[in-house]
Amino acid sequence: MSDECGSCADTCDAQPSTLIEMQNPVMSYLRQDRIPHIWCPGCGIGTTLNCFVRALEESKLDLDQVAIVSGIGCTGRVAGYLNLDSFHTTHGRPIPFATGLKLANPKLKVVVYSGDGDLSAIGGNHLIHAARRNMDLMVVCVNNFTYGMTGGQVAPTTPLGATVTTMPFGNFEPPFNLPFLADACGAVYVARWTIFHVKQLARAMKEGLTRKGFVFIEALAPCPTLYSRRNKLGDGVDQLKYYKEASIIKNGCDTKEVGISFQSQLIVGKFVDRERPTWLDAMNTHYTGHFGDKYQTYGGDNGQM
Amino acid sequence: MAGYPITPSTEIVERFAHRIPLLGGMFIQMEDEIASSIAILGGAWGGKKVMTVTSGPGLSLMMEHIGYAAITETPCVIVDVQRGGPSTGLPTLPAQADMMQVKWGSHGDYEIIALSPNSPQECFDLMIKAFNLAEIYRVPVFFMMDEVVGHMTERVVIPEADAIEVVERRWSKKPPGQYKPYELNGGVSPEMVKAGDGHRIHITGLTHDERGYPAMNPPTQKKMMARLLGKIRDNRDQLTDVRTEHLEDAEVVVVSFGITSRVAGPAIEEARRSGVKVGHLRLIVTWPFPVTLIQQLAQRVKAFVVPELNMGQMVLEVERAVCGKAKVVLVPHPGGTVHEPQEILEKIMEVA
Repeated sequence: MSDECGSCADTCDAQPSTLIEMQNPVMSYLRQDRIPHIWCPGCGIGTTLNCFVRALEESKLDLDQVAIVSGIGCTGRVAGYLNLDSFHTTHGRPIPFATGLKLANPKLKVVVYSGDGDLSAIGGNHLIHAARRNMDLMVVCVNNFTYGMTGGQVAPTTPLGATVTTMPFGNFEPPFNLPFLADACGAVYVARWTIFHVKQLARAMKEGLTRKGFVFIEALAPCPTLYSRRNKLGDGVDQLKYYKEASIIKNGCDTKEVGISFQSQLIVGKFVDRERPTWLDAMNTHYTGHFGDKYQTYGGDNGQM
Repeated sequence: MAGYPITPSTEIVERFAHRIPLLGGMFIQMEDEIASSIAILGGAWGGKKVMTVTSGPGLSLMMEHIGYAAITETPCVIVDVQRGGPSTGLPTLPAQADMMQVKWGSHGDYEIIALSPNSPQECFDLMIKAFNLAEIYRVPVFFMMDEVVGHMTERVVIPEADAIEVVERRWSKKPPGQYKPYELNGGVSPEMVKAGDGHRIHITGLTHDERGYPAMNPPTQKKMMARLLGKIRDNRDQLTDVRTEHLEDAEVVVVSFGITSRVAGPAIEEARRSGVKVGHLRLIVTWPFPVTLIQQLAQRVKAFVVPELNMGQMVLEVERAVCGKAKVVLVPHPGGTVHEPQEILEKIMEVA
């Protein structure tokens, strides 16, 4: 340690040796025996994971009762790094897996953590129906505008005009506006942040963890290796600068207005926060009304039938 | 149960949805068969016994999750009320043409168990067996009905609950931190835990080690595959379950399963009245195929007659086991109805 540290010894009670051994507080939430991770330099998925861990910490949830479910793709690997009950499922299907998990053991807080291609292309049907049912799941969708794991193909989120390997002359398909989709299907909480907004993203995730019902959080994150490089957008830092400069925070904004164009302004914020009975609550209420005393609330005894 | 309506299986999900609210179980109609087939796998890791129900086109959509259930060793029961195919085919009419699909339809090598009931009573009895086998072997167990068995009305005797043998899940008693999801601890498959028990398990469809961690290399693949396949292949003879009739003196053996066994019965009786020494081997467990039993019979009989409601599926397994030691004759049927006993009788007489 340097002299400066010793100079404040009377006011600082940190032991130099302790400082050296101190661990990043995030590490205890990770499966350290699986590190290093597979993500590229400049990739934004790790930043979202950092935000998620901080949200978990602040939520004070019992981590033994939090399960994480991922699909396939770069973001699909998140489940494998978190020291929680974690499920790496099939491509596009984390939401129905999570639905089964939640309904079998309702006391669990089930989080789906996957990418834009996994959740909105191959898994799009499950996304809209889980939102419609208000299944009690928190969905984190890391949107990097492309398929990373397979080498940068067009996704339902690729902005018009962007170049990707299967739209080599520029994308001519209009993309989804994911917050609008989730909102229209009935999600009770919808937010979008970028990985520049780490505090806001962590706060949204913390709020999401404590909400009951279908929560959809879109996290915009760069893919420097494929999307940024092919579109000559620079590296991860350049994308952070873009997020910083192009983002406009509009909490409560009508989700119709938050669509994304190529390198356009990015409207971020908490767009939807409302209450609606979850699928399980609606079922229990309905059957109690229908069957009266003969019906025993499902999941009522702490989820253990 | 998670399900999606499809003819001719829909009555099962309808009945289940009607009965389950007061029985403390769960039914959800998912948005498609893909969702149903993985929602049940989530349910199994949430600690429950799970099933789904479908027919041909739905079964085709479920295929990826057969592989996922196999590699993650997730116990589940999948009912397939078979109808004529391919594609939309004959939605309201019977077939037995998904027999190879359940064995081979998902990509990669894997093993499953399949049962073929031929009556409402067997649908009751064998369904219990299906759930028990799913727990013991931790593989998808297919319940291979067909439209005729699916819509059959017959007397069913339901035993007292305590007379029913139910195999419960083998829960690990290891403390958190010591449990490894794919470590054998007695039994033919590993013990399970459920999400929420504090074990912080990781389950993946990637090739994995005993910890459940992805390990994508040839040695791990070799070890994992040996165990995944071995738990069924090495126990094939214990899993064999057949019903036999007149096999003692048989020179010709009719090998049948499901509804076709009930059509074969009269043909066999008629042939015996004509003096032909014909026996009946009905497969209850269709997968794994009873290779040893067929091999033994092939040493002493002249011919096997295999009627099935398809253009030749399980007959390939019979031929493989017989290995040229006896004649094997298929009685094919494209589906839509069942065989005429006469068609089976003619083949018996031909080879007798």
